[in-house]
Amino acid sequence: MRQIVLVFLLFISANTFAQDTTVVNHASSHEVAVEKLDNIYGEVSHTESAEEESPVDVIMNHVADANIYHIATINGKHITFGLPCILWRNNKLSVFSSSRFHHEEVVDGFTLDHHTGKVVDAATGKRSSDLLSYFGATDSSKFIDFSITKNVFTMLLGVLLLTIAFSMVVRSYKRGANVAPKGFQALFEPIFLYIYEDVIKQNLGKKADKYAPYLLSLFFFILIINLIGLIPFFPGGANASGNISFTAVLAICTFLVITLNGNKHYWHHIFAMPGVPKWVLIILTPVEIAGMFVKPFALAMRLFGNITSGHVVILSLVSLIFILGKNGESLGGAFAGSAMAVPFVLFMSALELLVAFLQAYIFTLLSAIFISSAVAEDEHH
Amino acid sequence: MTGLAAIGAGLAAIGAGLGIGLIGNKAMEGIARQPEALDGIRGTFILGAALVEGAALIGMILSFLMNS
Amino acid sequence: MNLYLFDPMSLIAPDLGLVFWTTLIFVLFWTLASKFAFKPIGEAIKKRSDSIADALSAAEKAKDEIKLLQNDNENLLKQAREERAAMLKDAKEAKEAIIAEAQAKAAKMKDEAIGEIEKQKVTAIADVRSKLSQEVSKMALEIAEKVLEKELDSTKDHQNLVNSLVDKFKLN
Repeated sequence: MRQIVLVFLLFISANTFAQDTTVVNHASSHEVAVEKLDNIYGEVSHTESAEEESPVDVIMNHVADANIYHIATINGKHITFGLPCILWRNNKLSVFSSSRFHHEEVVDGFTLDHHTGKVVDAATGKRSSDLLSYFGATDSSKFIDFSITKNVFTMLLGVLLLTIAFSMVVRSYKRGANVAPKGFQALFEPIFLYIYEDVIKQNLGKKADKYAPYLLSLFFFILIINLIGLIPFFPGGANASGNISFTAVLAICTFLVITLNGNKHYWHHIFAMPGVPKWVLIILTPVEIAGMFVKPFALAMRLFGNITSGHVVILSLVSLIFILGKNGESLGGAFAGSAMAVPFVLFMSALELLVAFLQAYIFTLLSAIFISSAVAEDEHH
Repeated sequence: MTGLAAIGAGLAAIGAGLGIGLIGNKAMEGIARQPEALDGIRGTFILGAALVEGAALIGMILSFLMNS
Repeated sequence: MNLYLFDPMSLIAPDLGLVFWTTLIFVLFWTLASKFAFKPIGEAIKKRSDSIADALSAAEKAKDEIKLLQNDNENLLKQAREERAAMLKDAKEAKEAIIAEAQAKAAKMKDEAIGEIEKQKVTAIADVRSKLSQEVSKMALEIAEKVLEKELDSTKDHQNLVNSLVDKFKLN
């Protein structure tokens, strides 16, 4: 019940705040648009800029998506990976590389917000490409960003890695069915069997084989992207599995699997809980209907919150070095900060490694439980 | 506003921490009493912890929203 | 006023493009992985576990068979041992019987021989006696004859003759 209230609160507040956020962002991004993107690891301080970028901005911009992939800053020079921008505005598609923003300020009426690393409309300085603002927007900021962003790049990389890994594993299984697993297969098999036996089979029983491919792909997809996100340098570091779009899509997939496969008993329990007086149903049925949506919503929020908070904690600890070092002005402070940050970051990284597995496991486990509750034959009636 | 949101997120974390602590407490007791039921208890423990954690995370997300 | 430059909404609001890409990538991954990865892997693992189970059950069976064979062997051995014991017993009995028979035969033969000897002795003695008596009677007759012949001549001669004959017999 509390969850439902929170969900409504969240949506109401999201809509309320959507308006002023974009406006404020508009103003600030105009001022800083010409500034180069600050690097979270970079020691270059922007003394010439009036607006100092605080560690909070750096961290929050890092955990959000971006259209450019910033690799490093060496002597004030930014090394970035040119990700393709694919933008859809007024039924017109603009395709160009984000590295063009190094030389040109405005490409096809778009510009790059160097603080957030996101493509924004050049005229208004904002983007209304998200679910909450897109449909309400009427100006030129209304566009859909189909770009290969940092997170999309991470997903593609993850799927590529999984493809290589799976093809290796499949090949070694085809080599000999009765050979003991070795090499990569030996790493893969215990994980596969653990998820298959202890999560899928235990919850779904006889129907395990029907839903196993979905749940296994879910697990490995989340796991690989969690792990890539933990790599602190170039091909990794993106907070893809800690992005609400990503988790929402996976949760919607689970929701669809549950809803499309729900049997008679499942719907019966939602709309007319057996063994309950009629007048209680008036209260219970809306709660049950809300529960249908709250379950996947909680799934999405859990993954998003866990992964994002992990990134935020690690980056906060790293920022300690720059806060105490006063952005390179105080060497002693930087040393003190490093002495504090390094062990903590090491510890948190180890913990995040566990969380990466745990969250993939929990997402799969909860999906399996929700699916099994929807497809289970009713035994106690 | 920002400070209040942070306090709210902290309160949510306290609640979730208490909840997970209680779950862990009982899970440990259960495992100590019946070590052979470890597998079942572990699964249920993680499930319960994940569900409780959800509340804290929603608190955290609300604090993100309030931050603006 | 806004304290920070970042946009919190970008964290909370799903971006349409990202939603599109995630859906596309995940659904593609799901279909392809389930067809080309999870299906063959699951089948391979199932096949292997089946073959291991088969091998285990075969081993169990073989063990049972060996046990059976061992039992058979033991039985055979036991039987053989019993047979040997029986044969030994028979042989011993036969030996004893043969010895006893031989002893009995020998004893009988001895007895018979002794009897024979006795008989022979008796007959021999009887023979000798009868021969001797015949001889004696013959001699007596001869003596009587001679005596009678001599008596006819002289008494004196008779006397001499009888004496000489008697001496003769005495010498015998």
